[in-house]
Formats: sequence, structure tokens, C-alpha cells
Amino acid sequence: MNGATGFAFWRNGLALALGALIATALALRAVHNDYAFYLGYIVFQYAALAIAWNILGGYAGFVNFGAGAFFAAGAYTTVALNKALALPLPLCVLAGGFTGAALGLIMGSLTLRLRGVYFAISTLSLSVVLQTLVVNWTYVGGSSGAYIVRPKAIPLFASYTEFLCLLMFAIAATAALVAAAIERSSIGMGLAAIRDDETAAAAVGVPTLRLKVLAATTSGAIMGMAGAPLPFYNSYLNPDSAFAIGYTVNAMAMPLVGGTQTWLGPVIGAALLGSIQQLAVAFISSSASLVLIGLVFMGFVALAPQGLIGLLRSSRATRVSR
Amino acid sequence: MNFDPILIVNACASGLLLGAFYAMAAAGLSVSFGLLDIVNIAHPALMVAAAFVVAALTEATALDPLLASLIIAPLFALFGAGLYRVYHFFFESRGEGSIRGLAFFFGLMFLIEVSLLVLWGADQQFAEARYSSGVFSIGKVDFPLRMLVPAICALAVFAALSAFLKMTFVGRAISAVAQDREALRLMGIDPVRIKTIAFALSVGLAALAGGALIVIQPVDSSSAQIFVGRLFAIVIMGGLGSLPGTLIAGLLFGVIEDLTATLLGPSWSPAIAFGLLLGFLALRPRGLFGAPA
Repeated sequence: MNGATGFAFWRNGLALALGALIATALALRAVHNDYAFYLGYIVFQYAALAIAWNILGGYAGFVNFGAGAFFAAGAYTTVALNKALALPLPLCVLAGGFTGAALGLIMGSLTLRLRGVYFAISTLSLSVVLQTLVVNWTYVGGSSGAYIVRPKAIPLFASYTEFLCLLMFAIAATAALVAAAIERSSIGMGLAAIRDDETAAAAVGVPTLRLKVLAATTSGAIMGMAGAPLPFYNSYLNPDSAFAIGYTVNAMAMPLVGGTQTWLGPVIGAALLGSIQQLAVAFISSSASLVLIGLVFMGFVALAPQGLIGLLRSSRATRVSR
Repeated sequence: MNFDPILIVNACASGLLLGAFYAMAAAGLSVSFGLLDIVNIAHPALMVAAAFVVAALTEATALDPLLASLIIAPLFALFGAGLYRVYHFFFESRGEGSIRGLAFFFGLMFLIEVSLLVLWGADQQFAEARYSSGVFSIGKVDFPLRMLVPAICALAVFAALSAFLKMTFVGRAISAVAQDREALRLMGIDPVRIKTIAFALSVGLAALAGGALIVIQPVDSSSAQIFVGRLFAIVIMGGLGSLPGTLIAGLLFGVIEDLTATLLGPSWSPAIAFGLLLGFLALRPRGLFGAPA
């Protein structure tokens, strides 16, 4: 990406994101129902998680099974900072991003030199070990959890829930912008080369390890940011809810269902799976929604590796060729 | 902290017993991950599922849990054979082994966990064996029978597995499939058939490990998560696919974990698996006896 097109990309992207933010805010105001904000928050949160997962998983082809752990690390950063310094939430979001980035950097630099499987396996147990640390850390409430006092009102916003919902939208939009920028830059091309053939990429001079670690760090930072508002959203956080395996499964399932090649795939997946799950929780049961998500996930992995976007593309391609 | 020597010796003893069980639980994974290069993340979940079935069977028929696991092992092996065929059809034969295959097994692990939750609820399951409360002591060192009996069975299974892989034709073909598929094909052996048998064997071993697990400790639907790190750490420490390496790594792992639990408190023991896993991946990815990174 050279200077001029880079500037145009950021200008257009930011304008688009801001426009979407205002449109979302007005639309949700028009619905004028706190449930809409709750639902919106969840969908945006999953969109941010899914886009973040996809930066390493989709672009570079390295599976991270620890999305939930990065997410919970962000949430617990908020708990700790809120207790220690009573920091306002937007600063906690930044701090959560730092925690996630640090985790991604450490995990990445230790294991990304090896085959992708090893990174995957070590992220798989990351969640167990972080949960152990949190359970033993009485300052943030240990196993019994911590309560967060949620401000009653916040200037400029109709309710605190509205603020949270729009904050999460901003995080998801940032994630989408970053992901789109990576796709268009030499970083994205390098990651795609790694995904297709890492040995060949290294042979032609792609700095594979540096790019992989960079992707892991960026992805971790966004996951941490997405987790940071959770304690305020729930007003209460305990290890079991923060480290719930559902976050990890959703962060992977959404890109795989939507499509892993662009940032739009995870967004489509998040909108689709996020709302289906909310409906299933409301009308059937929460465990039924988990079974459903597991089946959809495995079905897409086996039958539609390119996701919905890939399915659409190939159906259009066959129609054109006919 | 408590440095009472008797406590430490006891921790080592029970760590060895636990380690024998870990080694058997990791042996199945060592076959699938180490020999076949199939990263079956769902292996611990299959073990926990077997533990649930054994608990139900023991309660219904008053059978010994270890015997019950021997009965269900062939069924699990059959399931494993089917599972490998599905994996082969959708992933391996299309040359998309590792990444989407990983996601497939992760989905399976998640589905097993959720299914156990739906079918049995969130309660802990346990099985009482006739010897569960007995203790065998040498001086002041105690060997609780609920650990000792599964450990002895685990070692017996381990010995049988080693003998099978070393001495039978099929066993040697399984070891060969990891090294050179083409050579195997030239000898007129179908690699897919051999891999089906090996994967079935690995899932059957998960069922046997489930029987031992339920005697040692109660399980709940999310128990598999903690075993993922443990078993992969052991298989990697042992040097992928090496059975003697897996046994030594398992025993060592059990001792380290029990010592940590005794000295620092049991809530810290899950961190051990992760620490060892990361440490080995960063410094000695070829295991205890392999070349350094």
C-alpha cells in the first residue's frame, strides 16, 4: 500500500465506520428498547472476536484455540484496573488491548517457529492456565468473581447500555478497519503467502516469523479489547463466565461460516450465528444453542471450506459459465 | 509450604501412580498424533465420554469400572474407525489435513462436551469400585488402591500396546505408515486401511483410559479441557510417537504435578501442563530425548 492510496483507504474507511456508527446509533434509538442494545452488543462483540481470530486464522492459516482466553484476559484487565485505579472504561479497553497483544506476542514468539499445529495446541491450554491464575488471584475476586459498579448514566447517551453497545460497535469497526488495511498491504500478501506455502514464502524472502508474530499480536490485541467491556456489561464477572468455551467456538465458527478470505466473512458469520444463537437461547435452551453451533461449525468445516462467501461466489461462477 | 519429607515421598509415590494413568491416556494420542499425524484434539473428550459411559454401566450392572471399560472399548474403537473414515474423506484425502482437520476435531470435542452436558447434566459422575477405599502401604508411604489398581492396569495396557506395535504385522505396518506411505503401498498394504485400524486402536485406548479415570477421580462434562494440555504436553515431551518416551514423560509429569499440588496447593497443578508444554515447544520441540531446537 503506497502513501496516497493508503491515505484514501483510511479516510474512506474511517468515514464509512463513522457513518455506520451514527446510523446504528439512530436505528437503535428508533427501536428504543434496551434489549436491542443488549443484542447489538453481543453481535458486535462476536464480530470483533471473529475478525480478530480471522487475522491469524484466515489470512495466515494458523488456528488459535485460545480466543476465549484472550477475551477473558481483556475482561480481567478491566476488573483489575477498575479496582485499582477506577479507570474509565475506554481506557480499560486500551489496556485490555495491551494485555491481549502481550499474550499474543509471547505465545507467538514461543511457538510460531514450529508447525502451525503446535501453536494451536498451546493456545488450547492457554485458557485453562489463565483461568487457574485468575482463580488463584484473590484481588480480582478469585473463583467467586467480582462485582463492577456500573455508572447509572453517562453524558451524551440515553443509557449506559446504549453507551456499551456503541463502544462495542466502535471496537468492531476498528477491528474491521485494521483487518481491511492488513488485507490490502504487503503484510496481508505475506500472510497469504505463508498460508499457501510457508517454505516457499520464506524462500522468496517473506519475513515469515515476524509476520506471523505480528498477526498473532494484532489479533490478540483486538480480542483483548473486545473482552474489556464485559464486566460492565454483566456488572459481574467470574472465571467460569469469562472463560466460557462458547467464546472460543464462536470466534472460530463465525469466520469459517462466513468466509475466511476477507474481513466481511467474519462479520456475516457473526451477524448470522450471533442472532441464531440468541433466538435459540430465547426459544429453545442455552444448551440447545450450543449443540446447534457445534453442528453448524462442523458442517461448514467439512462441506463448505470457503464459507458462505465462497458458496455464493462459486454459485455465481457456475451461473456465468453456463 | 510444607517440606515434610514423608509428605514429599508420598507425593512422589502418588505422582508415579497418576503418571502411569497419564501415560496410558497419552498412549492413544501418541498413536494418532505421533504415528499418524492426525491431531485428534478430541482424544481427551472421548476419554471423558467413555468415563461417563463406564460410570452409567457400573451403576446399572455393578460391574467393575475397569472391566466395563474393557467391554465398551471395542465400541469406541468402531466409532474411531468411522471417525477416521470421515476425517479421511473430508480432509486428509483432499490434502487439507492440518488446519481444517484441527477445526473438525475441535468441533467434535465441543460437541462431545455439550452432549454430555445435555444428556447427564452438570453434575460430577463417579464410579465406586470394590477396592476404592483400600490402601496398600509400605512403611509410611501409602498407595491408595483407587490409584494403584488403575496404574497397574495402565502399565499392562502399555506393555500390550508396545508388544502389538513391535511384534505383529499390523503393528509394524502402523509404525511404518508414519515413516513412508509409499513404501507401504508398494508392499501391497493399503495405508488407509492401516490408518483406520490404528485410529480405531487409539480411540479404543481412550475408552480404556476413561475407565481408569473414573476410578481415580470423579469427572464432569468439562473435564476434557484440562486433559488436553496434559496429554499433548506428555506426547510432545515423550517425543512424538515414541511409546517408551511417552511412558517416561507420563510418569515424570505425574510426579511434577503431584509435587506442585503438595507444595503450592492443588489449584496450581493445571498451570504445570501449560508451563511444560510451552517450555518444551520453545526449547526442545522433539521431546526429552530428541535434539534441542
